[in-house]
Order: sequence, then structure tokens, then C-alpha cells
Amino acid sequence: MIGDANIVDFLLQFLGQFDGIDVIKAFSAIGAGTAMIAGVGPGIGQGFAAGKGAEAVGIRPDSQSDIIRTMLLGAAVAETTGIYGLIVALILLFANPFMG
Amino acid sequence: MEGPKIYGYLFGMPITQTLVNTWIIMVMILVVCAILTKNMQKRPGKAQVIAETIVTVMDGLVGQTMGKDKMKFAPWMLALIMFLAFANTAGIYGLRSPTADLNCTVGLALMTFFMTQFFGLKSKGLGGYLKGFLEPMPFLLPINIIGEFANPVSLSFRLFGNLLGGGIIMALLYSALAGLYFFPIVIPVPFHFYFDIFSGLLQSFIFTMLSMVFISGAMD
Repeated sequence: MIGDANIVDFLLQFLGQFDGIDVIKAFSAIGAGTAMIAGVGPGIGQGFAAGKGAEAVGIRPDSQSDIIRTMLLGAAVAETTGIYGLIVALILLFANPFMG
Repeated sequence: MEGPKIYGYLFGMPITQTLVNTWIIMVMILVVCAILTKNMQKRPGKAQVIAETIVTVMDGLVGQTMGKDKMKFAPWMLALIMFLAFANTAGIYGLRSPTADLNCTVGLALMTFFMTQFFGLKSKGLGGYLKGFLEPMPFLLPINIIGEFANPVSLSFRLFGNLLGGGIIMALLYSALAGLYFFPIVIPVPFHFYFDIFSGLLQSFIFTMLSMVFISGAMD
């Protein structure tokens, strides 16, 4: 069946036997899962910020409150990209623009 | 987690759950303020000490973050953090959090955005304000303009995404627990503690801190 035929043609033929809405739903779920890979970046960034914060508190324990405040602010800004990924995933799951 | 329900229409404007919950939270804040500031004395009682502590802590935070010359923003920032603290923790007393609706967070972020632009324009003058867009290099003008508009977007989406994500995880947890024979009351408690109390208060603090940083950064 695959033989000399193009793999893309085979895939399109395979998908063609399903209802269009079902295909859109399936790919939206895959897309939502893929969008959450964006969570890796903020995880690394926030961990780095927390590590540096712990280091700074170790060096200067007397200015702990200032360090923690600055660290939280930086961690919040680093979180933004992850939140964008979450929003994309939520839109794909709950407010899908492709399903009318 | 469902979207905010629409209860009815007033002059064609939808009265949503967000709006009603915001009114409930406004009443709660008014009641708290009335209780804490009732019968103020030169020698403070217990309630007055709490109120004075809140105001002193917020004044200190504004003074440290924005500078002593911008203390006039302290009441606004305290109002903002009070509303956000009550709204973000609304999940514990069974309301749908108003800040889990993009309309509310965009409204709050636009207030910060317009305050940033207005006070930047006022303190630097028109020339200084426009020159700020050409720094450090004139060809970075488009990047600076985009960056200016990205602030309210990231502010509002951060708050909205955190609150809605927490709400969705809580809803998933409850639907998973509902399948069990006993409904365990103990399991959701740490999740409520993290998603409603810790994350909610942290996000309200961060929103207020970022507003302060943006406004004071635009002014000097």
C-alpha cells in the first residue's frame, strides 16, 4: 500500500477516512501537549534564579528580604513565556478557533 | 473549570459572574476596612494596630521600590494589592476568582499601562518622553514601541494564566476525586493551600511590584 506512493499522500489518505472535526480535535490535543513544552524554559530560568538567590542569601544573610523580593520579581518575569504556552494550550483545548 | 456565567443583561451589557464576584469582593474589602478602622484612638486597639501595620508595610515597600519622592502612589498600590489578594484567594470561599477572567486582568493591566504613560509624560515632559523611545539607538524605535505595548499584555496574561491554570488543576482534581467511593476531604487541602493561598498572594504581590517598577521606571 505504501510502496512507491508518497508518504504524505498516504498520510492524507489515512486521515481522509475520518470526520474532519475529529482530525482537528486530535491534532489540537497534540498541539496543546506540544505547547506545554514551553514549560521547560521557565523551569530552568526560575531554578537558576532560585539558586542564585540562595547563593546571595548565603553571602549576605542580613539583606535576605531584598534578595527574596528581587528573586521573586525575576522569577515572575521569567515565568511569562511559560504562561504564554499555557494560554495557547488552553485556547486549543477549550476555545478552539479551528472548530468554528 | 467553566468560563464565567452570564446572569443577565443591563442596558445590553452582560452581567457576568466576574462582575458579581467583584462586587462581593468590594463589599468584603469595605467591611474589612470598616471593622479595622472603627473607633480610631491615639492609643491603638487591636484592629487599629493591624490596619496601621498594613499601611506601614505598604508605605515601606513603595518607598523602597519607587523611591521616597513617589509616596503619593502608596494608596493606589495598597488598593490594588488588597483587591488582588482578595480576588486571587476567592477560590477558598467558593467564588470563581474574578482574576481568572481575561477581562478583569486586562482592565487592571491597562490601568497600569495608562498610569505608566501619563506619569512618564508628566515627569519627563513631551520631549523627554519621546526621546525615551529613541534610546539607546534611534533605530530601536519599533522595538521600544512594541516593548511598551508588551508590558500590559504580559502583566494581564501572567495573572490570568496563573489563576486559570490553578483553577483548572483544582477542577480536574475534584472531578478525579468525585469518582472515589468516599470523597476524601483531606486530599484537596494542600492543593488549595498552594494554588489559592500561596500562588494567589504571590501573584498579587508580583502584579503590584511590577506596576510599581514600570511606573517608577517611566518617571525617572
